[in-house]
Amino acid sequence: MKLRDIAHARAGDKGDISNISVIAYRMEDFTFLRQRLTSQMVMSQLEGVVRGDVVRYELPALGALNFVLQDALAGGVTRSLALDAHGKCIAALLLDMEMLPSANRPSAPID
Amino acid sequence: MGRDSIRIGSGAGFSGDRIDPAVALVERGKLDYLVFECLAERTIALAVRTRRDNPEGGFDPLLEERLSAVLPAAVANEVKIISNMGAANPVAAARAAAAIARRMALGPLRIAAITGDDVLEKITGDSPLLEGGTAAQWPGEMIAANAYLGAEPVVQALAEGADIVITGRVADPSLFLAPMVHAFGWSWHDWPRLGQGTVVGHLLECAGQVSGGYFADPGIKDVADLAQLGFPFADVARNGEAVISKLPDSGGCITRATCTEQLLYELHDPACYLTPDVTADFRSVRVEECGRDTVAVAGGSGTERPEKLKVTLGYHEGYAGEGQITYAGPGCVARGKLALDIVEERLKRLGSDIIELRLELIGVNSVEPAGEAPPGQREVRTRIAARTRTPQAAAWVGREVEALYTNGPAGGGGVAHLVKPVIAVASTLLPRDTVAPRLHWEIVP
Repeated sequence: MKLRDIAHARAGDKGDISNISVIAYRMEDFTFLRQRLTSQMVMSQLEGVVRGDVVRYELPALGALNFVLQDALAGGVTRSLALDAHGKCIAALLLDMEMLPSANRPSAPID
Repeated sequence: MGRDSIRIGSGAGFSGDRIDPAVALVERGKLDYLVFECLAERTIALAVRTRRDNPEGGFDPLLEERLSAVLPAAVANEVKIISNMGAANPVAAARAAAAIARRMALGPLRIAAITGDDVLEKITGDSPLLEGGTAAQWPGEMIAANAYLGAEPVVQALAEGADIVITGRVADPSLFLAPMVHAFGWSWHDWPRLGQGTVVGHLLECAGQVSGGYFADPGIKDVADLAQLGFPFADVARNGEAVISKLPDSGGCITRATCTEQLLYELHDPACYLTPDVTADFRSVRVEECGRDTVAVAGGSGTERPEKLKVTLGYHEGYAGEGQITYAGPGCVARGKLALDIVEERLKRLGSDIIELRLELIGVNSVEPAGEAPPGQREVRTRIAARTRTPQAAAWVGREVEALYTNGPAGGGGVAHLVKPVIAVASTLLPRDTVAPRLHWEIVP
């Protein structure tokens, strides 16, 4: 199962910092996301793109996680030579992450 | 007593945004206010250069086209307009707006320009940067410094009867918060209320991004009729709670999912979203669908506003040059890589004129540096980009790529190249009492 199967995401930029929100389609998948989708996994998935720390914020009322990625935009939108200087594409790269075999996906919250 | 609710439309999410959705809103949306957010991080620094060459320039290049399109209906329907299209020259922008109104015989109109965000003279070389180091240590020449103003001067303009308010740098959500504070008389110390109003402003500030734009992923997240995407409006109640919607015959969609994506867009710590007006707290925001393309937003809160104002500094930091060329068919990836090698070698003679060089294959590794081409890849586009000290060195990048037509690998086509100045931005903080917003009026009889 890919992250894309249970969640959607949007990337935003400020200076050299990117943020990616990851939002569960179904509120009941949020607990699973919160347990499984760590900052470390985000850093590994975006290796080579993000050079700094990744900090995770939880928004349980919205069924969402917000990842803040330091040194993610090759010096910042205004100076970067990257084709996608805003890093708008990287949310889609994150959604390609393998989460669990589908058979193991919880049908109810794991609490 | 005033109104129990107001309707605020979002007419643009960036300077190049579509114009027709705003026209539809102002004609048929029963709006009270229409806000155009048109200022990106470095726009003002770019506009400062324009103003240097032309004292009546330096505001948004689409201002005249946008205002001409919406003003007749705005006047007929008594919709007030608020926009940061003033960029580096709000006073000239207000004069241009007045000229349009006179030409179209749309008076009487009161147009306010807000200045005071330009603080270039107040930044010293030892001003500390949020990025680290000082203003003088940042490479390049500082050409602009603009403080983020809050909603207060916009509210003052509305209170003094402005029909159109044109600003330079004002925090994006503050443009939307201002009509709420004006209409409902909220206290400047009612932090939870200002926080909720800021949440609503944040949802609206990118226009189509909350109504189905920047969202579609065919087969997974389908959005109907993006070519006719409708821009959003919010019905904001006296307590700050709001319902986000759009015109029923427009394209796009407004759902819990679109609103949640936009709520978290460009957000860092959800407990501290800093604006000049409030430290907004997004953690308890509730987003509930209450009908087709209709979403209720409540629960936003806030604490005391930041003590200092954020200032964006614009630096002229050399030039960027770029060239691209396409290869196709069997062996295209190898030919694309050979092209990169050739140009890299040719550019070595420019030595230290090149500050940074980027070599990549679009379709393979331009987004993910470690990307590999799958077997049988049928086309690639070679891209070479460099940051340089001189415009001449930047131009050489494109010239060397163009020379690949007759000197490079077989079958290269479709060369494109460009040179542009690099305007980079950094940030610092200034005490509030050093920044003094002022109003200038243009009256159209």
